[in-house]
Amino acid sequence: MNQNRSMFLLSSLVLGFAFLYIPILSMIVFSFNESKLVTVWGGFSVKWYGELLGNRQMLDAAWLSVRIAAVTATGAVVIGTMAGLALARFGQFRSRTVFSGMVTAPLVMPEVITGLSLLLLFVAFAPLPFVPDSRGFSTITIAHMTLTLSYVTVIVQSRLSTMDDSLEEAALDLGARPAKVFMLITLPIIAPAMVSGWLLAFTLSLDDLVIASFTAGPSTNTLPMMIFSTVRRGITPEINALATIMVAIVTLFVVIAGITMSRQEKRRQREMRAVAIGT
Amino acid sequence: MAARPEERKAPWLDAKAQPYIRIEGITKKFGEFVAVNDVSLNIYRGEIFCLLGGSGCGKTTLLRMLAGFEQPSAGRIFIDGVSMEGVPPYERPVNMMFQSYALFPHMTVEQNVAFGLKQEKLPREEIESRVADMLGIVKLGGMEKRKPHQLSGGQRQRVALARSLVKRPKLLLLDEPLGALDKKLREHTQFELVNIQERLGVTFIVVTHDQEEAMTLASRIGVMNQGYIVQVGTPHEIYEFPNSRFVTEFIGNVNMFEGRIVEDEPDHVTISSDELGGPLYVGHGVSAAPEAQVWAAVRPEKMILSREQPSFEYNRASGVIKEIAYMGDASIYLVLLDSGKTVRITQPNTYRHADDRLTWDDRVWVSWDESSSVVVTE
Repeated sequence: MNQNRSMFLLSSLVLGFAFLYIPILSMIVFSFNESKLVTVWGGFSVKWYGELLGNRQMLDAAWLSVRIAAVTATGAVVIGTMAGLALARFGQFRSRTVFSGMVTAPLVMPEVITGLSLLLLFVAFAPLPFVPDSRGFSTITIAHMTLTLSYVTVIVQSRLSTMDDSLEEAALDLGARPAKVFMLITLPIIAPAMVSGWLLAFTLSLDDLVIASFTAGPSTNTLPMMIFSTVRRGITPEINALATIMVAIVTLFVVIAGITMSRQEKRRQREMRAVAIGT
Repeated sequence: MAARPEERKAPWLDAKAQPYIRIEGITKKFGEFVAVNDVSLNIYRGEIFCLLGGSGCGKTTLLRMLAGFEQPSAGRIFIDGVSMEGVPPYERPVNMMFQSYALFPHMTVEQNVAFGLKQEKLPREEIESRVADMLGIVKLGGMEKRKPHQLSGGQRQRVALARSLVKRPKLLLLDEPLGALDKKLREHTQFELVNIQERLGVTFIVVTHDQEEAMTLASRIGVMNQGYIVQVGTPHEIYEFPNSRFVTEFIGNVNMFEGRIVEDEPDHVTISSDELGGPLYVGHGVSAAPEAQVWAAVRPEKMILSREQPSFEYNRASGVIKEIAYMGDASIYLVLLDSGKTVRITQPNTYRHADDRLTWDDRVWVSWDESSSVVVTE
């Protein structure tokens, strides 16, 4: 009985992972294909990686995407942390539920809707001051911030809600002014949450296609947009190489974010356990 | 443990003594709810003053107003003659030890203790020497580089104490300082806390719901109930001369007999009580209206349990032993009186072998001395 169940579990595990990762694995394998034909194996080679380095357009698009992702992540962490603080600290104010719901709504909002509404906004408000005149780097960045800051808010808020309020009071009591309390106590304690929020925002921005397509100008091309338009003309091994690199970068970021979060969680649990033993 | 009696000063009895902390008519309202209601207290330099009360009695709110985390709705607080009105927590000569200890988790023991001194911008050598001294006093030498999660509960409590004392505050506030420790460690820590307090001469205000903790720590206790201070006195006064039913029942165990005054003389009163089933004789005058409803309170350890009928006609009742709890040093007996009331009696186990040991369902007489009872009117 137990044997059967473990066989069943094992096979579903294998099938599940196969379903998830065989497409990506085959893409990675074919990126090292010598042949120009994507589906015909012609021996091992890294020549498509070399070709990629010579492709000016691709490199420009990649560099633009990285810049957008970095600015987006930084902006989202600043705004998201402020929102998280407000939600965690204002206590029970009226319509608090509405606010926290509204902050996290973009998590479930269809990207097409978000993209479309942002496009309309940028077009309509372009003549106003502080709104970019033409669409491009800044509009994509703003759009990505609206998408990602809710993730940061949720992460920061959950960290703050497990933080003991008396830590800040203790610092005040010991003679630190409120601004200093924030810098010396609150910020270091929520820093791991901010780091994982930054990494998550970076990753989300880097591989977003839909919102970027809506808010980009005619001459701006982010990497996902570039890949998408190239693929429409047929898949080349070069695209496989590029996609492999992206998978590597995204995996790296997600793994780092995951490790930071689990470390933080482990430490918190250790602290709690220590308290429990101490009592 | 409080200081030895001959060394002990009682500045609250000295009319010329200047209070160090003056709380004048403090009220704190949260919306409609009155958490602290017109509290006035004088606390003297070097005291360990305990605010004692159940949860929600306002003791923590009062403490937080002293620390500056809450602003009083009315009234004023003076510390060493200076009004604390509008003074933020970071500028008060007051430090607080939190119930959760609130140690900064990302800092070592040393950094935690040094935090307050760094805010004063003291030279580094001075900070280092004062931190080292303080860690020595709380016996944490060698733990400097540890993080809070690497410490035991008792060690963390001492870091919190060191951190709040290293700034040499005029007043140290302690919120349930022993609440998170187990029983053995508590007793040990109580003595250490008093030793350190005597050594440094800092005035302590301790908030606690644990009457035993208050009795052992305090020079004086302020009993709080529903936002009011109901009685202020030394532990002895609070225990032996409670001024109300609330204080009598809150501190220690007690047997209450409801009754009416039938004879009211300056040197004694007689109370008739149906709950006792006979007259009560109190060997001192009572300020209560004749025929007023009163309660006579007798502590369990002041009652005498015997098989023989007492020779006097009052302060006695017969009954049957219903429960016995053997505690080692003493035994607790629950006796069902003929009137239907159950009383609790504590008797020390003076002899190891007692041939005539009282046991379940024995008929016994309960009695007490005329000086043992306290009469309260409300």
